Amino acid sequence: MWKRLAPEILQEVKKMKNESHIYKRVSKIVFGLMSPKIIRKRACAKIVTAELYDREGYPVDGGLMDVRLGVIDPGLRCKTCAGKLKECTGHFGYIEFARPIIHIKYIPYVLNFLKSTCRECSKLLITDEKIKNLKKGSGGDSVRKSSSSIKVCPHCKAKQYNVKLEKPSVFMENDKKLSPVEVRARLEKIPDCDVEKLGINSGMARPEWMILILLPIPPVTMRPSITLESGERSEDDLTHKLGDIVRINQRLFENINSGAPEVIIEDLWELLQYHVTTYFDNTLAQIPPARHRSGQPLRSLTERIKSKEGRFRHNLAGKRVNFAARAVISPDPRINFNEVGVPKIVAMELTVPEKVTEWNLDWLKGLVNNGADQYPGVNYVFTSDGKKRKVNEETKEQIIEELEAGCVVERHLLDGDISVFNRQPSLHRMSIMAHKIKVLEGKSFRLNPGVCTPYNADFDGDEMNLHIPQTEEARAEAEILMQVQTQLISPKNGLNVMGSIHDAITGNYILTKHLTFSREEAVNILYSIGVDDIGCMKFNKGEVSGKDVFSALLPKNLDFIGASKDGEEVLIKKGRLIKGIIDKATIGEDNGTLIRSIYTKYGEDVGIDTVGRIFKLGLEVLLDFGFTTCLSDTDLPKEVLVKNDNLIKNVEKEVEELIERYNKGKLEAMPGLTVTETLEGEVLKLLNRLRDEIGHRVFDCATDDNSTLLMARSGAQGSFLNLAQMSALVGQQSLGGGRIRDGYTKRTLSLFKRGDLLPDSRGFIRSSYKKGLNPYEYFFHSMTGRDSLMDTALRTPKSGYLYRRLANALQDLKVEYDGTVRDSNKRVIQFIYGGDGIDVSKSEGGTIDVKRIVKEVMQKI
Amino acid sequence: MADNGESNIQNHMLVPKHIKLSEEQAAIILKKYNVSKKQLPKIKQKDPALTGLDAVHGDIIEIIRNTPTVGKSSYYRVVV
Repeated sequence: MWKRLAPEILQEVKKMKNESHIYKRVSKIVFGLMSPKIIRKRACAKIVTAELYDREGYPVDGGLMDVRLGVIDPGLRCKTCAGKLKECTGHFGYIEFARPIIHIKYIPYVLNFLKSTCRECSKLLITDEKIKNLKKGSGGDSVRKSSSSIKVCPHCKAKQYNVKLEKPSVFMENDKKLSPVEVRARLEKIPDCDVEKLGINSGMARPEWMILILLPIPPVTMRPSITLESGERSEDDLTHKLGDIVRINQRLFENINSGAPEVIIEDLWELLQYHVTTYFDNTLAQIPPARHRSGQPLRSLTERIKSKEGRFRHNLAGKRVNFAARAVISPDPRINFNEVGVPKIVAMELTVPEKVTEWNLDWLKGLVNNGADQYPGVNYVFTSDGKKRKVNEETKEQIIEELEAGCVVERHLLDGDISVFNRQPSLHRMSIMAHKIKVLEGKSFRLNPGVCTPYNADFDGDEMNLHIPQTEEARAEAEILMQVQTQLISPKNGLNVMGSIHDAITGNYILTKHLTFSREEAVNILYSIGVDDIGCMKFNKGEVSGKDVFSALLPKNLDFIGASKDGEEVLIKKGRLIKGIIDKATIGEDNGTLIRSIYTKYGEDVGIDTVGRIFKLGLEVLLDFGFTTCLSDTDLPKEVLVKNDNLIKNVEKEVEELIERYNKGKLEAMPGLTVTETLEGEVLKLLNRLRDEIGHRVFDCATDDNSTLLMARSGAQGSFLNLAQMSALVGQQSLGGGRIRDGYTKRTLSLFKRGDLLPDSRGFIRSSYKKGLNPYEYFFHSMTGRDSLMDTALRTPKSGYLYRRLANALQDLKVEYDGTVRDSNKRVIQFIYGGDGIDVSKSEGGTIDVKRIVKEVMQKI
Repeated sequence: MADNGESNIQNHMLVPKHIKLSEEQAAIILKKYNVSKKQLPKIKQKDPALTGLDAVHGDIIEIIRNTPTVGKSSYYRVVV
């Protein structure tokens, strides 16, 4: 193999040599410090003057814009590598400091070194024996800790003083300033073996390199100047800062050479230290930030890298794309599940590249003729030789004339184009789905409320992103793998994530329960949702039942046996609903058995189509039938109210008896509980039973035309409990698993007696929402309300992060062909997936109903 | 402690059955899943579930668990 390939590889190598790039494989990365030697060796120029350009505007030799550091002007060539603009990536230069300067980012390390070494001999301040006992790789902290109390060097017996850091960059020993020269001298003397003990790889770094005597000057390509419209040049922040450094450094040199007084030299040195510090980091707390003349702070090296707007998070990790849009979303139940409503203004900005062929030439010419400002138009045209041309009134005619097969036209979005729709956080694969474009008026993205669940979206101001795939492959992939209908079944449990919700369920419930229509009404409703095949409907004296209207949506040969929400049989034979009421259990999300049945038997497209039509039918029926919820839904007959009152009184009496027994010490503790806990548990049990009982009564006396009850029964929204709370009583408020506990001394509120254990004083609300809560009931209700609000606000980010860590830890586990679950190193995690080998995405809620499958298969035979 | 039947956690209803495999059985398992011992999940030699099994480093332990869906399900761990 090798021999056969060798000549080809050789050729590759030859090709590579001709190119300006050399390909190398990175085998390892080592982090270390740059020694002055390396800085000098890597530098291409020594910078000696703060001047940038001469009178002709040409960069000065030895200045900060020296052409040896790379070029940023088109036309010039780099003096180091002879490359032009964009060919030359730039080269480093250096300056030599007149006096050493402390690197602000290494100050903590320098302090550590000074504290743990001798001031005379620079050896570690601990005995050799102790050094031996030190754990390897424990870093410098342990050495410093054990040497902090040592007053005399164990090696040379020199007396030690405490070294302090006076922020930001001055070291003090016994109230005497240590100059960087002295600091550097001490660090230089630390032997290599001791450096290792201080947690530094002595091969890669020496402590004294943390005190700068040379400063690398970054290439000009890293700090390009901008030419303003007025022709003036505006330099980069770094260039400004480096200019300051070089200028002060030169003045320091001159003053030292001319023998200026020490005070002046000290001042200049301090100034140079300030400039170098703010060059590295301009956000330090103790230092006033260096500013432009306009007063805005300079952007230092640290700021370029750090935080959200820094190089990593903004430029490297942040991926931005073209052909994307973001807008507020709003509902439109009249569009299909796999459609997305796009505002016209967005459709005119986003484009699809359309290749010109002889078959679509005329059509595209028409689009180009519309221009960029008229809706089905064209923004840009790529001619066959690859030139991009903007379409406007002037260029239009010429472009149309030259349009030929081979050109590419970037036309506006049209109905039916494929788009990728997404809502953050994208936690599962249904968070990004492909939709077909539907261009609408208005300014928001429109989506069918049925797809809110997979996106976890609502319409209280949510925004979503839309992307337009630009290649044929991407479009095909999105259409085949990502469209809404392919995502109907959730991979997490095999249940349908989309289905009818809210009014759509109520509508179908009413329809299949008792409605009948005249022929005209039935046809009208069905036609308005796009069904024109009504052959299956049977008329009885000119009337048709709601069940038959519903059946018109079903596939002609569908057989289905299921159950409604309250367990009654739902029977569909040959596409006709014979028995049963359609509700949440058959067409809802997560447990829509009918939806899954159609989906598995007839496929994705029929599946999503039927779901969409059932959804629309529900809404259309409600529109026709009229549906509202009102105050009278919560009305109860007088005798029921009296009965409820009596019931409450009885239970309260029972509670009183319990408390009396408790007070007398006659209450027996349950196993594992104290007497008080037992009492609380018993009282809670009684009160909850009371609420349930009253709930049942309310439910029993509610009439069939009660809309609130209808919604609860169909599973659309709300429960019997909600109805009971509105009409009869709210019930016990629970906080932290029990009744409301004392907030004051031995009582919950100051209007109760101390030690009161009666329901009223512990958060039992005997009023209904309709009647209104009295002040203390209102207070207890607010307590639980606030608690649940806090709970959601605190728990959401926590559980989100937990889930993210879990997903990241499990992401490359895979079920192999032998059925085992393995990680990327082929280590076994599970011998059979989940311990039972069930593919949950093909199951129903994690289980497989073998009996039902057998029954179905047998029926077919 | 282990001889007292009541305090022996191996008899607890929530602890699945741990069985030490013979060398032949172990070889069959390794062959069946085409793995080396390094690629198997691990169990510590001093794991309480292994008391009385005389398991030594390198032994393979079969753990038989009850699952609600398919009844018994086997898992294998190598003693480390």
